Amino acid sequence: MMDKILLAGFGGQGVMFVGKILTYAGMLAGREVCWIPSYGPEMRGGTANCSVVISDEEIHSPVIEYADCGIVLNQQSYEKFLPRIKPGGTLVANSSIVDTAQKRDDINVVAVPAGELANGLGNASLANMVCLGALLAALTTVDMAGVEKAVDAVVGKKKPELYEINLAAVRKGAGK
Amino acid sequence: MSKELMKGNEAIGEAAIRAGCKLFFGYPITPSTEIVEYLAKYLPKAGGTVLQGEDEVASINMCYGAATTGTRVMTASSSPGFSLKQEGLSFLAAAELPVVIVNVNRVGPGLGGLGPSQADYFQCTKGGGHGGYRQIVLAPSKGQELYDFTLEAFDLADRYRTPVVIMADGFLGQMMEPVELKKPAQAELPAKDWTVGGCRGRAKRKIASYALTNEVGEANNLHWQAKWARMQDTLQRWESFHAEDAEYLIVGFGTCGRIAKSTVLAARRQGLKVGLIRPITLWPFPVKAFADLGGVKGILTVELNFGQMVEDVKLAVECRTPVFSHNRVGGMMPSEGEILRKLGQVFGLAVEV
Repeated sequence: MMDKILLAGFGGQGVMFVGKILTYAGMLAGREVCWIPSYGPEMRGGTANCSVVISDEEIHSPVIEYADCGIVLNQQSYEKFLPRIKPGGTLVANSSIVDTAQKRDDINVVAVPAGELANGLGNASLANMVCLGALLAALTTVDMAGVEKAVDAVVGKKKPELYEINLAAVRKGAGK
Repeated sequence: MSKELMKGNEAIGEAAIRAGCKLFFGYPITPSTEIVEYLAKYLPKAGGTVLQGEDEVASINMCYGAATTGTRVMTASSSPGFSLKQEGLSFLAAAELPVVIVNVNRVGPGLGGLGPSQADYFQCTKGGGHGGYRQIVLAPSKGQELYDFTLEAFDLADRYRTPVVIMADGFLGQMMEPVELKKPAQAELPAKDWTVGGCRGRAKRKIASYALTNEVGEANNLHWQAKWARMQDTLQRWESFHAEDAEYLIVGFGTCGRIAKSTVLAARRQGLKVGLIRPITLWPFPVKAFADLGGVKGILTVELNFGQMVEDVKLAVECRTPVFSHNRVGGMMPSEGEILRKLGQVFGLAVEV
């Protein structure tokens, strides 16, 4: 089993964070993982993206030419990464600010009003986690239990009060 | 043993601490900054000191001074910053001082850009400074190797009294992977009976490489050359990946070597006998890996530059088989598929990508 995942959005939307959660979830389940951020000027305002590979076997090439699935949090990222999903793959889009009129027939575009759903939880910055929830169905290597462990490992120790709300956002996105 | 998820740069920093590095002098530069950041946070807790020099020139010369006392010392930079250290490296090689220098390559030439690159291959392996010297250059390809090779670099530096360069790229430095934080090997190293730092109770020592008498100059150079020849004989290292029965060989180091493994596996699935030689020591270059080319019909090198290592491959191959090159520059990465396409194209093979 292998998941190649692309994640993208504005700097500050929590793209890297979702990537870290996925990476930890994979590692804590004993899988091989690799997380690659875009770095440099993107981190200071432009579009940030990162890629995550989770695999049962050693990861040789960490470069993702075509991904199995992905999350895009802004319009620019939607347009950039729509062609980078494999046929049959899934792209979760934050439809609160992404217009998904541009389509592909051979992939599953999941439009989630993540901004509104996050606002409903009282914290607009959780749109990233709502989208993570919506992505779970498309993943073969990570499930809800894995995400719970990962959020505990990454957030739990430092900010225990954020643990529950992050998971609530993931559940919201997963429709649970 | 449990693994820690860490950036490649952080793995280098942690390995340095565990190797007993006590002093770090450097000047931050993307994409190597996390090394100095990590060490600034953790090295003092391990009884060491991190000092940000006023620039790279100062930092490498601080390393020179620290190394004369026998203290384990490191510096780290990225390409434009590494350029500034070249005079210092020449001096370190001549004074035979053990220092570990990390160069997380970024795009060049000039100020270049922040993307990953391997375009400092010539500079690292051929001596970017003046005067004709050699230094060990190690090329890791993943987080675990960034950790392991950094640990080992300190031992190699002490064993041979030489600067050792870790040549990584921005991709490796920024990538986060699980790393097993192994204990350093208990290597038996020669006593540091050459250090200076106070001669009370012993004979005076001197560390300098200045010789105004040509006869002495030649003797010095012959001494260094003998050491470099010994290193060339004993230190060559590489990884063979499905190379034993290969008809076509890919040669790539670092990130490219790693990506090429996926190409090899894809080619094998199509029934093509493709293998990989991944140089681990860039200097000394693993000439021995090419001693017996068996049934190899051709070689394709893959590099993040316009073709630098390919020259060493050609020297090692001595025209016994054709050598082609696949290159990406400017921060772009080759995909496993594009390497396979190129392989098919140059050797006239039917490949499916």
